[in-house]
Amino acid sequence: MNTLGQQNVIEVRGVTNAFGKHVVHQNLDLDVHRGEVLGLVGGSGTGKSVLMNTILGLRSPQGGTIEVLGHSTRSTQARRGLESRWGVLFQNGALFSSLTVKENVLLPLREHTNLSETLMSELADMKIMLAGLEAEAGAKKPSELSGGMLKRAALARALALDPEIVFLDEPTSGLDPISAAAFDELIADLQSTLDLTVFMITHDLDSLYAICDRIAVLADKRVEIVAPIEDVLLSEHPWIRSYFHGKRSRAAKGEGRLNNGG
Amino acid sequence: MGARRTDRDPIDISVSREDGRVVLTPIGDWVTDNLAQVDKRLRALEAQIGERSAVFDVRRLGRIDLAGAFVLGRTVRSCDRPHVHFEFIGEHSVAQKLMAEADANSEVCPSSHPPRTLLDIILTRSGRAVMHALHEGVETAAFFGQLLMTFGRVIMNPRRIRWNGIITVAEEAGVNALPIIALLAFFIGAVVAFLGANLLGRFGASLFTVDLVALAVLREFGVMMMALILAGRSNSAFTAHIGAMKMRQEIDAMQVLGMDTFEVLVLPRVIACIIMAPVLAFAATMAGLVGGGLVTWAVLDVSPSLFVARMQENVPLIHFWVGIAKAPVFALAISLIGCRQGLLVGGSVQSLGERTTASVVQALFTVIFIDAVFAMIYLELDW
Repeated sequence: MNTLGQQNVIEVRGVTNAFGKHVVHQNLDLDVHRGEVLGLVGGSGTGKSVLMNTILGLRSPQGGTIEVLGHSTRSTQARRGLESRWGVLFQNGALFSSLTVKENVLLPLREHTNLSETLMSELADMKIMLAGLEAEAGAKKPSELSGGMLKRAALARALALDPEIVFLDEPTSGLDPISAAAFDELIADLQSTLDLTVFMITHDLDSLYAICDRIAVLADKRVEIVAPIEDVLLSEHPWIRSYFHGKRSRAAKGEGRLNNGG
Repeated sequence: MGARRTDRDPIDISVSREDGRVVLTPIGDWVTDNLAQVDKRLRALEAQIGERSAVFDVRRLGRIDLAGAFVLGRTVRSCDRPHVHFEFIGEHSVAQKLMAEADANSEVCPSSHPPRTLLDIILTRSGRAVMHALHEGVETAAFFGQLLMTFGRVIMNPRRIRWNGIITVAEEAGVNALPIIALLAFFIGAVVAFLGANLLGRFGASLFTVDLVALAVLREFGVMMMALILAGRSNSAFTAHIGAMKMRQEIDAMQVLGMDTFEVLVLPRVIACIIMAPVLAFAATMAGLVGGGLVTWAVLDVSPSLFVARMQENVPLIHFWVGIAKAPVFALAISLIGCRQGLLVGGSVQSLGERTTASVVQALFTVIFIDAVFAMIYLELDW
């Protein structure tokens, strides 16, 4: 619990990441509260994906500690048990190309539960529909899907085990604005129905305005600010100013938020 | 919050009847990991409840997730009543919401496809494979036709022949393949000589080893080694190269610029292969003879000059031409298949891999098939 009475599901403390002499993060802190949608933004090369990979334990930081749901993610041993409590949507879906969509969704169920085949199959069908795909799409291979369907299929796999936290790496990149808006809406819907905590890397200003409860800005090797969008807009930091007050941001600003908390 | 999925808590469902309605009372934490305990009982309940309406008493329900809500709701769903309005006794923070969500995303009617038998699957698969093979054959013939048309057009206007492309391919697929082809043919010649020396020696006819080596290498092995290496090495390189260009939309860019992909990509490769194949086959034949000659020298003490003299005496020149004449035909088939498969690559890396595999398999198959056809023709001609 922090001072505001919210429970932190992710706590990043003093993390330092460096590639050789190139330091990406220096002494970085970040909290994610239960039940919120946190949007992570930052310029190219500020290490958004590096931060996500570090949280997920795919990369060991040079310093600092990370706790997800009270467990350290540093070693495979400590991470055990967390795998079924989080779901990850990688940037290009990362669906297993040799399996059909349904087999992809079934995989985590087979790996982590002892349910009967019939029930797993029923649950997989439901998750595929929940992600906004037709049930028939389950029989298709990832290579037969369009970009938008691919993201939805990957989301279905991420949701397979009813996770508490969902990590999304640029969920709307590569989608046309209409599909992107629909995907935003889907995430907002799922977040409120399933009480998910969402950690989302995005470049999409529309997503930031529409569904994010708080926005974390990566700049100068640390999290410059974590706050609701209204407060981020007031920041005097030059990168934040040009990002949120540039030409492309004005259109997005008009729309307001789809989701008013879950 | 403890570790949710490590400790499997007991859960249960109790069933009671009130005023003709069935009251279902889920007890405990209905989360994914605990569901295996009640799955079977719930299925049995489905039949019991049938058409009667059911009420859910959620007062003793602990935590619930979407999977739990799904199995709970499943007891009252049926194909006739796909979406039911659930009635509840008591309040629960999320159960109502989750059950409605699970219900909205469930398909209860069994799919209309009947289960297929093994025989069914085997027959459909083999049927499909045969149709696919025939289709590929016809398409390859069509591709050859298109190539001939392009060749005709280019030959009318020889300035359009892309000599640069031809020379590059000739170097890459021809000259660079020379050492490996020669080395392999050398070994094959040696192997044939060993076999011959061993076998013919038993009949006291070891000297016929020379005839055996010369015939085998001249008629078959020289040109065959060339074809196998060309099919494995250059053909896959053609597919991969053209396929990669296709993936990066370079082929589309060419077409938009008004360039003929056949003229630019296919024709130079085919011409280069047809020109280089006899040269490579000749080199392979010579290497095979040297390999065979060395072995006969070492094992049977047949000196090189005796080897050559015996060859001149017993093996007519026609055998050399019989072998070498096959080389351009093999080269044509191999390069054609390589280019065709390359152009068939779709957008994904996976299809590139599939096409490269298909290309090598088809090329090897075609080479051996053509060789068999040649054998029959030569038999009729008595060569």
